[in-house]
Amino acid sequence: MPNQSIRTYLKTKWTFAYLIASIFLLFASLIGISFGSVSVPIPALLQIIGKEVFHLPLAVDPDVMLTNIVMNIRLPRVLLAGLVGASLAIAGAAFQGLLRNPLADPYTLGISSGASVGAVLTLFLNISLPFIGLYTLPVLSISCSVITIFCVLAFAKKLDRTMKVETIILTGIIFSSFLSAFISLMIALTGEELRQIIGWLMGSVSMRGWNYIMIILPFFIIGSLILFMNTSELNAMTFGEDRAKHLGVDVRRRKMWILIAGSILTGAAVAVSGTIGFVGLVIPHLVRRIWGPDHRHLLPLSLLIGSGFLILADLVSRTIIAPSELPIGVITSLIGAPAFALILLQGRRVSRTDA
Amino acid sequence: MLDVIGLTGGYGNKAVLESVSFGVNKGELFGILGPNGSGKTTLLSMLSGVLDYKSGSIRIRDMDLKDYSSKQLAQVIAVLPQHSSLAFSYTVKETVSLGRYAHQTGWFHSWTTEDEAIVQRVMQQTGVADFQDFHFERLSGGERQRVLLAQALAQEPEILFLDEPTNHLDLSYQKELLDLMRKMAKEQGLTVISIFHDLNLAGLYCDRLMLLEKGQIQVIDVPNEVLQQDRIQGVYQTKIEKHPHPALPKPQMFIVPEKHSSETIPLEIDASYMTVGPEMIQLDAPIPLRTMSSGVTGSGTGWHRYFVNRHVHRDYNCEDHHVEMADYLRANNIDPQETVGMMTAVFLDSVECKLLKAEDFSVFIVVTAGVGNAIDASLADQHSWSAAPGTINTWIFVNGHLAEEAFIHSIVTATEAKVKALHDLQVLDKVTNTCATGTSTDSILIAAAQRGTKLQYAGTITPLGKLISRGVYDCIVEAIKKNRKRIEEQ
Repeated sequence: MPNQSIRTYLKTKWTFAYLIASIFLLFASLIGISFGSVSVPIPALLQIIGKEVFHLPLAVDPDVMLTNIVMNIRLPRVLLAGLVGASLAIAGAAFQGLLRNPLADPYTLGISSGASVGAVLTLFLNISLPFIGLYTLPVLSISCSVITIFCVLAFAKKLDRTMKVETIILTGIIFSSFLSAFISLMIALTGEELRQIIGWLMGSVSMRGWNYIMIILPFFIIGSLILFMNTSELNAMTFGEDRAKHLGVDVRRRKMWILIAGSILTGAAVAVSGTIGFVGLVIPHLVRRIWGPDHRHLLPLSLLIGSGFLILADLVSRTIIAPSELPIGVITSLIGAPAFALILLQGRRVSRTDA
Repeated sequence: MLDVIGLTGGYGNKAVLESVSFGVNKGELFGILGPNGSGKTTLLSMLSGVLDYKSGSIRIRDMDLKDYSSKQLAQVIAVLPQHSSLAFSYTVKETVSLGRYAHQTGWFHSWTTEDEAIVQRVMQQTGVADFQDFHFERLSGGERQRVLLAQALAQEPEILFLDEPTNHLDLSYQKELLDLMRKMAKEQGLTVISIFHDLNLAGLYCDRLMLLEKGQIQVIDVPNEVLQQDRIQGVYQTKIEKHPHPALPKPQMFIVPEKHSSETIPLEIDASYMTVGPEMIQLDAPIPLRTMSSGVTGSGTGWHRYFVNRHVHRDYNCEDHHVEMADYLRANNIDPQETVGMMTAVFLDSVECKLLKAEDFSVFIVVTAGVGNAIDASLADQHSWSAAPGTINTWIFVNGHLAEEAFIHSIVTATEAKVKALHDLQVLDKVTNTCATGTSTDSILIAAAQRGTKLQYAGTITPLGKLISRGVYDCIVEAIKKNRKRIEEQ
């Protein structure tokens, strides 16, 4: 039966895709941990992880200094970069599906800036909410990002009832500029050292430690789960909200969930690492290019690839001008902004040939 | 199946629909008509649950629309949208598979063999199976439309809404789509509710039609009642003519373009347009004339520019005289499609023609008459079939605007005049030896320029009837006399 063969083909196609994405992530993690001012050889690295993380009864005792470097500096750093990259990529993929435009991304929609306002408020005004303590930063960040996305959408709807995506993105950029100005104002008023602030704003995953992983992990799990439960709905919404409704999607509720989940992921990522742009734009676009736009696979694959990508970007940022570090946001923007332009150009060309 | 009661609503505070009530039965093909802005699409949006309404209720299978969850509703109702754009490029199969969304349960929807079978079936039905691995964006408008139809059918709905389904389709796919819809309605009890722009398609396929006007129902009835000339002209604010479908008992509406001033100048067809030769009498009208005739070519009703009465030898006998006549016309550089052609064995110099004028219209009559084969119609059963030569060919050109019935009146009036002429000339049926009423192969043509005075009737005592009876009588009498004289001379 031909269908059988098509289905097996599809199955192998996806198995292959996940295999490649996983290998990429594993490879990125290994060299991310291995490379640096002090190089950790891969066999030693595997021994350390085996012993410290999985508590395997290994005969050899790894070097104490290397163990310290891996366990207290490199591993949390790589993990954090991976989680942030995964969050941003999957949030970007979801926003693009929901808004039916490959240019949507937490950064272009102003959500990142919203989250930054929350984070900056917390950090520089030293706010600590009762009961949640350590989680004050991500909670405020996430709240601000959720508020921002709803403001952006409400404003866009006022401008243009059909909510054309160009309108939404333009609104996002307006909000983004406004919020950035607001952040600058706060920074100027606090009078802290400029370099440190800018470093934070450009995004960084250095010297954060395990605490930060504890901050982002629960939000990452919740946000990703919500999005994974809405992949078919995202597929349907690609045809427009009315069409999705016709197909049986409870558009209003699902849209709300997707927006909230995307904002949670973005807010949490910004809270731990500052604003890292374009990951959410470039990665889903790349994955779509290679494996197609089916959100049931696009989201998990974006998660894996985005994670690996940011680990590599972080590796580059700390090694390229060693011993000093580049902010990781510089690397992602250097790659992301031209990619953004390229996508824009292609979109134009497609719509022109259509007409 | 679907009951709508007092539905009112629209966008914002502006009510597009006001208190609309109707019901649609299971297995019915229900058409929604109305000019732009009459609320058709708004109504469809409300019925499919996309747009909220202000008051009234929509009941589907005896349950209120608002009590359905999105998925439940999508299992009952599917919509074929007017157009659809895609942000990302899915394959045809992926697109169609989305139609199964409403039937899938659980957090991580699993794809069953039943889902697969249904998707394959609807892709076959709509003829998109062959390009199931193509990308949706690469397809033409018509192909996209069929893919979306497959997607809607994959929902296995009980009610299917169509929004101007034939918009992007070729003629053949329009027919295929609507044939499929009717088949599914009749055989599977699918209820189809469709917006139509094309009144004629709606009239051909729908069981009932609803005509909307300014957000209210103008009428709901069978197509023949809804598609009334006056009603459609009033609602659509334009000039329209209703005619029956030539092959089906269904009404067809035709738009009539505004006439340019040069097209309304009255035209008088007279002898100056006619040439008489030994082989044929030819009349070339400057514009196509509305005709009703029993010629060899161009018979029935139609529009024709050229009129030919051809002399054939008395022994003319041809297997297929239609084809032979067409070939003959072509050989003489006359397009048979535009020609009413007749034949006669009579010598053409015995033709008799006459222009008769009334106050604001005129009639031009041309007759060739031979009575070698004269027959008394009342005793026709005494004749065995033989096509002996001798024919009366009558052409009547009316320089006015004739109603459909006036054409028939004209034929009757002309025939009566012919019978009287033959009677007065004592033309005898050679078999029965009684007064003949005509010959066995008489042909008649009524042609009108359809300009100038409107002429509704042509009975014998109407102004037009009077001219026709007078003219036909005189011409036939003269023509027969000429013909007799010619025979005597020989």
